[in-house]
Amino acid sequence: MTTTAVAPDMALRFYRYLWLHYRRNWKGTIVISVANPLLFLVAIGAGLGTLVGSGNATLGGVSYLAFFAPGMLAAASMQNGMVESAFPVSYHRMPGRAYPVAVSTPLEPVDVLHGHALFMAVKVAIGAAAFCAVMFAFGVAASPLALLALPAATLTGFAFAMPVTAWAVTLPDVRPVQTLFKWVVMPLYLFSGTFFATAQLPDALGHLVALTPLWHGVELCRTLTLGTATWAGSLGHVAYLSVMALAGYLVARRNFRRHLHP
Amino acid sequence: MIAQATGLVKTYPPRDRRSSPFTAVNGVDFTLRRGEAFGFLGPNGAGKSSTMRMIACVSPPTAGTLRVLGMDPATDGRCIRARIGVVPQDDALDSELSVRENLLIYGRYFGLSQQVVAERTTGLLDFAQLAEKAGERVEALSGGMRRRLTIARSLINEPEILLLDEPTTGLDPQARHVLWDRLFRLKQQGVTLVLTTHYMDEAEQLCDRLVVMDGGRIVAQGSPAELIAAHSTREVLELRFGIGEQAAAVEKLRQSRTGDRIEELPDRLLWYTAEGDAALAAAHALGLSPVTALVRRASLEDVFLALTGRTLVD
Repeated sequence: MTTTAVAPDMALRFYRYLWLHYRRNWKGTIVISVANPLLFLVAIGAGLGTLVGSGNATLGGVSYLAFFAPGMLAAASMQNGMVESAFPVSYHRMPGRAYPVAVSTPLEPVDVLHGHALFMAVKVAIGAAAFCAVMFAFGVAASPLALLALPAATLTGFAFAMPVTAWAVTLPDVRPVQTLFKWVVMPLYLFSGTFFATAQLPDALGHLVALTPLWHGVELCRTLTLGTATWAGSLGHVAYLSVMALAGYLVARRNFRRHLHP
Repeated sequence: MIAQATGLVKTYPPRDRRSSPFTAVNGVDFTLRRGEAFGFLGPNGAGKSSTMRMIACVSPPTAGTLRVLGMDPATDGRCIRARIGVVPQDDALDSELSVRENLLIYGRYFGLSQQVVAERTTGLLDFAQLAEKAGERVEALSGGMRRRLTIARSLINEPEILLLDEPTTGLDPQARHVLWDRLFRLKQQGVTLVLTTHYMDEAEQLCDRLVVMDGGRIVAQGSPAELIAAHSTREVLELRFGIGEQAAAVEKLRQSRTGDRIEELPDRLLWYTAEGDAALAAAHALGLSPVTALVRRASLEDVFLALTGRTLVD
């Protein structure tokens, strides 16, 4: 479907709806997106972490809190990216919900996608900003580069959000989403270098982990926060995550059109 | 002429590898005239909603040509949708938002300013008899109120065509009559109404012209009176018999009244005749003793039965 009479704010019209809708529903998600990661940060980083000696070489010579916090930032952003996409997209695409309503007006499916993607990015960024604020308050940032951990974490979340969006718009109900969280999100969360250095894993497993997107997010956020980032390493991580987001976006464009204007 | 279709086809791709493509609309032609009320009548699965979705530019036709408001939905979907109103069967309101917020959101989709939406909201809520509910959440509204709100919402862009998919399905009789009254007023204001229904009384009440659909095709079209005149007798005699007696009665009637059409339904038989009372007298003269007998005017239900051999609402 081509786009005659494109108004630049078409996507924003849907974006503003999502904020209005969120105003009525924020209590349900604020816990998982903001409070949960912060509790983890305090309990594991500042609490349990004191049991881990800061001279531990696998941590790169920093305290466990400093090692764990940026990893947790990336993992929490991944989870936020998935939570912001999987449930809302599969919910709003149902008959009688927001997507079918919006695409019966001058909005095209792609406008709905853009509006919702922007909303996801902003929500992930807000969660990451809250986390960064607390992380910096703990004195974890070792370099001005640490400020870049915020866009890095947002990119990490968005890289997960786009493919999940492309998938969720095809779902007839939300049940597969729960499977996703059990079998994809949890293992990534635990094994992508959030809680421990992947160098500690057996070689084969370590290489496997280095292929996973969350590992790239964790490494990016961690090296920026600790000031150990290299141009080559960081650009590699950014490229990986950007390609993932872009690929997801392109599939989502097609799926939105197919499923919303069938 | 406000919309025209020629040889319109809609085939949906298979849902999964095991299923095959499904053709919901199989070559239909129709012309909608400005200011009329036009109905698509047919049972569930006849292709009514699929046809409506194509007119609404939310489902591209698989084949055939379609023009709406002089434009091609394949290229001008946005422009067409900006000038039509849609009342979906499932209301599609945000039940967590207030009545006013639902109108605001919808108005914004059309690019209307907050001020314009606020002005129109007042008039529309009066029209929908919901002025007192403006601040309430939609979840607190009854089914009839929600449907009226959906109609109010569909009018926010002052549409030239209003598409209504099964507008009164699921409503109680009183709510239906309120809704019919509102739709009649809209028609008087010059809005073209296009509706689907499987209720013959609704089609007779509201539609100037209608098409009868069955199995993805149009099987008849005309005004309700024309269709009845063309496909039914003026009156119908409905007879109910005791258990097990109907078959014998049908046999007897068909032998003695070879010129008349007699339809057997599971619970009663329908005798198509110009004079119902005379037919009833004839039945008694044949020695038949029905449990109940009813003479009524022929309706679109009879038209549908004559055309397809089936009743509309099973």
